[in-house]
Amino acid sequence: MSSTFVGMPTLPSQRGHGNLHAEEPFPQAATRELGNTQLRANLRHATHTIRDKRLNVVGELPDWEDLRQAGSDTKDAVMADLPAKLEEFEANFTARGGVVHWARDAEEANRIVTDLVRETGSEEVVKVKSMATQEIGLNEHLEEQGIAAFETDLAELIVQLGDDKPSHILVPAIHKNRTEVRDIFLQEMPEVDPALTDNPAELAMAARAHLRKKFLGAKVAISGANFALADTGTLGVVESEGNGRMCLTLPETLITVMGIEKVLPTAQDLEVFMQLLPRSSTGERMNPYTSLWTGVTEGDGPQNVHIVLLDNGRTNALADKYGRTALNCIRCSACMNVCPVYERTGGHAYGSTYPGPIGAILSPLMTGIEAEDNGSLPYASSLCGACYDACPVKINIPDILVHLRGEDVKAQHEASRVPTEMDVLMKGAEIALSSGKVLNLMEKALPLGRLVAGRDKKIKKLPGKLAGAWTSSRDIPAPPAQSFRDWWKKEGRA
Amino acid sequence: MSAREEIMSRIRTALSDAPAVPEVQRTYRRTSEMSREQLIEQLVDRLVDYKANVDVVPAADAAATIAARLSAATSYVVPAGLDEAWLAEVPAGTRRVVDSAEQPASVADLDAIDAVVTASAVSVSESGTIILDGSATQGRRAISLVPDQHVCVVPASTIVQLLPEALPRMDVTRPQTWISGPSATSDIELERVEGVHGPRILDVVILEDA
Ligand code: SF4
Repeated sequence: MSSTFVGMPTLPSQRGHGNLHAEEPFPQAATRELGNTQLRANLRHATHTIRDKRLNVVGELPDWEDLRQAGSDTKDAVMADLPAKLEEFEANFTARGGVVHWARDAEEANRIVTDLVRETGSEEVVKVKSMATQEIGLNEHLEEQGIAAFETDLAELIVQLGDDKPSHILVPAIHKNRTEVRDIFLQEMPEVDPALTDNPAELAMAARAHLRKKFLGAKVAISGANFALADTGTLGVVESEGNGRMCLTLPETLITVMGIEKVLPTAQDLEVFMQLLPRSSTGERMNPYTSLWTGVTEGDGPQNVHIVLLDNGRTNALADKYGRTALNCIRCSACMNVCPVYERTGGHAYGSTYPGPIGAILSPLMTGIEAEDNGSLPYASSLCGACYDACPVKINIPDILVHLRGEDVKAQHEASRVPTEMDVLMKGAEIALSSGKVLNLMEKALPLGRLVAGRDKKIKKLPGKLAGAWTSSRDIPAPPAQSFRDWWKKEGRA
Repeated sequence: MSAREEIMSRIRTALSDAPAVPEVQRTYRRTSEMSREQLIEQLVDRLVDYKANVDVVPAADAAATIAARLSAATSYVVPAGLDEAWLAEVPAGTRRVVDSAEQPASVADLDAIDAVVTASAVSVSESGTIILDGSATQGRRAISLVPDQHVCVVPASTIVQLLPEALPRMDVTRPQTWISGPSATSDIELERVEGVHGPRILDVVILEDA
């Protein structure tokens, strides 16, 4: 393998660990989740609300497509020059009093964070919502080490109190409706007024009261970051509630965990991404609060400031030249909000921290397609293209899904050396297409297909992983009772 | 090999096909032609949509407007560099705390204070965003965060229409807070509700001739 860099040995990419895996094949998980009608109703309501809002605020900007193109090109440019951008960020962040750490994988990142927390002597931390720390399973790790981590984002709090798992990257409790949230609060918040209603404003107040003391007394905070600016060493967090500001401002120590792909070249790039991100995510012209900090500012905010730059499979994704643009993702969640498959199955069916269309490509790219059940994720799509249209950085998700399906077939083939289902299908097609006689015989089997299909003339479920994965998210029409060739013959025209 | 060297090395291997570096075309809007009146009107429209309270007044009325907004507060904090004249009409009985990096109020002190008055650096009318940059008229980030009411003064000369017009006016390495309405959440059924951890009341005083 050639390398653009000489003087340092090159290493193969590193696979991601942690919460990046489907725990069972997608079709199986999806079938179970589909049985939950409350979940489907909640998701339908929430995703449709956000779709309309997003379209309104996006439609307002005459230059939306120019912004998307600039966002996409900026990300491509960063990825192509990533080592230099990371070095530049590191130098600037360090010059301003911050400390940079590097973590090859989830285990290493967890260890670094734990040691940093230990050094402060604190036994608890407040957390502002972060996909990266969810991905590496930081909360669970800290708990094992005797450190309590308190999620402060309302949705994360709902998930943590309900002993549940996030199902959406922006609104992790999207699968819960207001009544379910109230029930969790009544059960888990000892101080809460038993007369609490399910009015969202009242629920938000209950969360405020519950967390206020924690914020005011916190010594250590752990955050993610939406971006890092290479030319200034600045980090940014985009949020709504003010829990982010609390975590980023009041504690003595601030530890940020961020994937290496989050770096942007210049401060000017904010003008693009801070237009793209809020409009695509919550469908607002701007999110209520954005915080920017550059290392340590004397007399203002945390004086002990760290960042952990995380690989955990990102280099694995980067090495796939057809899939690497998945790393351009700014985690806005627009793709899942418009996805017909996500709308029905919800985020839990994808297993990984990253659900929806982006998760279906990002998780297998980070872990390798053959890892556990991630090979089934690229089939969790009808390839309708809605995700591509919605994506603010123009990631061509359908193309990458198709590419990864090919990789999955290859991987299965290599792993088994016994012909896989796809091989058999392909072989079958080859034989059928090679001879009119065989095609004829195969068409004779068509009525059998109709039997499988049942009365509504739709085949609901095909056996086998490949075909089954495909039909679990969309019905295919039953084959006609009579093949074209049969009909042609009967009409006496053969 | 250190983690840093190893990750860098992996990145270089991953990029061994030397992908093209596209030129970023900044063809989106970067300048605007709005008049001062239009900028004020747009900013007010956005802020009201976010459920902020907005006054548009001549600079001469700043003190009276701020005093009126503080009428329910028994105490307030201000950054050391704030224009004294703006506070001239706040009743003497309302306790005032002056905060600076050298003499910071503690978090517990701030929690016992009802309101904060600050200036602002730049505002973006199109998105309804007010940017604070931690300079002497705006103070440490904590003071505009912990009290439940934020009275924020926006001189009209600091309003621009577009985000690309705002950034060149700022030093991004100062601790910045961008504020677009009072704290809110969309976490329950994706509907926006105002008032979570940040100030639940945001009063914006736009000085139309300053
Ligand atoms: S893939 Fe695109 S649409 Fe989906 S979350 Fe990422 S940036 Fe948003």
